[in-house]
Amino acid sequence: MEKYYQPEIETASYEEIRRIQNEKIVKQVRYVYDNVPYYRNLMDKKGVKPDDIKSVDDIKKLPFLSKDDLREAYPYGLLGTDLKNVVRIHSTSGTTGKRVVAFYTQHDIDLWEDCCARAIVAAGGSDEDVCQVCYGYGLFTGGSGLHGGSHKVGCMTLPMSSGNTDRQIQFMMDLGSTILCCTPSYAAYIGESLAEKGYKPEDNKLKAGIFGAEPWTEEMRQGIEKSLGIKAYDIYGLTETSGPGVAFECSEQTGMHINEDHFYAEIIDPETGEVLPEGSKGELVFTSLDKEGFPLLRYRTKDICILSRKKCSCGRTHIKMTKPLGRSDDMMIIRGVNVFPSQIETVLLKEGFPPNYQIVVDRVNNNDTFDIYVECPPELFSDKVAEMQNHEKNLNAAMRSMLGIGPKIHLVAPKSIERSEGKAVRVIDKRKLH
Amino acid sequence: MAVTQLSVFLENRPGMLDKTVAAITAAGINIRALSLADTKDFGILRMIVSDIEKTKAAVSGDTVIKETHVIAIGMDDKSGALNNILRILSADGINIEYVYAFTGAVRGKAYVVLRVDDVGHAEKTLSANGIETLSDCDIKEFLE
Repeated sequence: MEKYYQPEIETASYEEIRRIQNEKIVKQVRYVYDNVPYYRNLMDKKGVKPDDIKSVDDIKKLPFLSKDDLREAYPYGLLGTDLKNVVRIHSTSGTTGKRVVAFYTQHDIDLWEDCCARAIVAAGGSDEDVCQVCYGYGLFTGGSGLHGGSHKVGCMTLPMSSGNTDRQIQFMMDLGSTILCCTPSYAAYIGESLAEKGYKPEDNKLKAGIFGAEPWTEEMRQGIEKSLGIKAYDIYGLTETSGPGVAFECSEQTGMHINEDHFYAEIIDPETGEVLPEGSKGELVFTSLDKEGFPLLRYRTKDICILSRKKCSCGRTHIKMTKPLGRSDDMMIIRGVNVFPSQIETVLLKEGFPPNYQIVVDRVNNNDTFDIYVECPPELFSDKVAEMQNHEKNLNAAMRSMLGIGPKIHLVAPKSIERSEGKAVRVIDKRKLH
Repeated sequence: MAVTQLSVFLENRPGMLDKTVAAITAAGINIRALSLADTKDFGILRMIVSDIEKTKAAVSGDTVIKETHVIAIGMDDKSGALNNILRILSADGINIEYVYAFTGAVRGKAYVVLRVDDVGHAEKTLSANGIETLSDCDIKEFLE
């Protein structure tokens, strides 16, 4: 018997969902126009007034917001309310150039946690469950989001945060965790560690896992399900829209239901910006329908996917999105962290290296490997091994501070990095994620 | 009076040393002494060669090459000779980054190459203890 956290809205008819969306969008656009000068400017430039938006069908008239806008408006330019109403911030992982800071009022936190609670219930969670949250806590949205959702459902919540696998396993086995929330690669790692310690899949009490924040494949799902003896559910979200829980998987496991009463989804042609019909592959764009702190309208996620309103066996009526099938920019997600080649270039130049580099990303034993090959400039070359190794160490530290994760640095000979038609191949992603 | 050593950056993969030595050979250069330091990712080939400029020209198109001054000392090819030199340097607190040695140019003689941070200081210390260091010219003569 399928259970829902908020059955009225999760199983509402299409007409009812539309009615709610239409009501909310009119208010939200007016709110943003009145409270966010940055976006008011964009609307004025496009000649759109709040009165022009009468239903979600009019959303296509609104200007887009991109990551560049967020950067330009940093830090407070897209804040939608007085600071006294803001109770928390979250931020995307560790970058100077591309940092995004999102603001939350208590209302925003509540609706976000509701979304996460829906995901937990869809994965079979209830107040009987022991929910182990090993997403990172802190600026990252993963920990707080699932933590809040788990509270709302009434699970006993284990706020483990990421890392310290031995301790994770000890709590899991001793307290009998039934739901695991973390990145899929960490889930796979926990599965391997359990096996190494001699545990069989049936030795743990886990029944479900809610895994997101990085791309993963169907094969990986099957591997995790087998090694932990659970059903593995996908969850989607981004800091810009609140965090995980924007969309989540149900028992059918054929895509993620978007919480349409809070986030309106469009698929556009990434080249022209034109809205594409349901079933088309294109860039996913989100409009928040009832946010206060960071109410983004038509935010371009750069994630390529497909939307479908096909009837779902779980009884939920909200539109479903596929796993992201790719990106419309050059962003990579490595170990759950967003990485842009431009950030790597910035660090190299700052550290005295030429921007001749190659990033190699692979997945070995379900964990991402991250290697940067960089040409050794004559000025930095030394006949002393220690000095050369220091260059590698310093560069690794500089990368870690910029990106939030440390790549393995390999110095290579000048001009040795492959160039195709004069242009170097910057990124080799060997993971088969899509 | 130091000796000029050339250091070459080598990626740590098959064929890289061969490629460099082949380029040096093709330019008609004789390698007098060499040592190869290696890490997981790269190696540093250090050489004393018969013609510095020609070697640089032969190699620099493919990788980085750098001149460093090192100390070279001729000594008797017998037990304790190297130890004597090292004792003198360590007594003066001189740190040696790396060292390599070779024999055979002159019967009964051996040569040691020492990399220190302050060549002048090390030379003075050695000289005060009656040990002469070689110059680029000496190397040429001795080893011809």
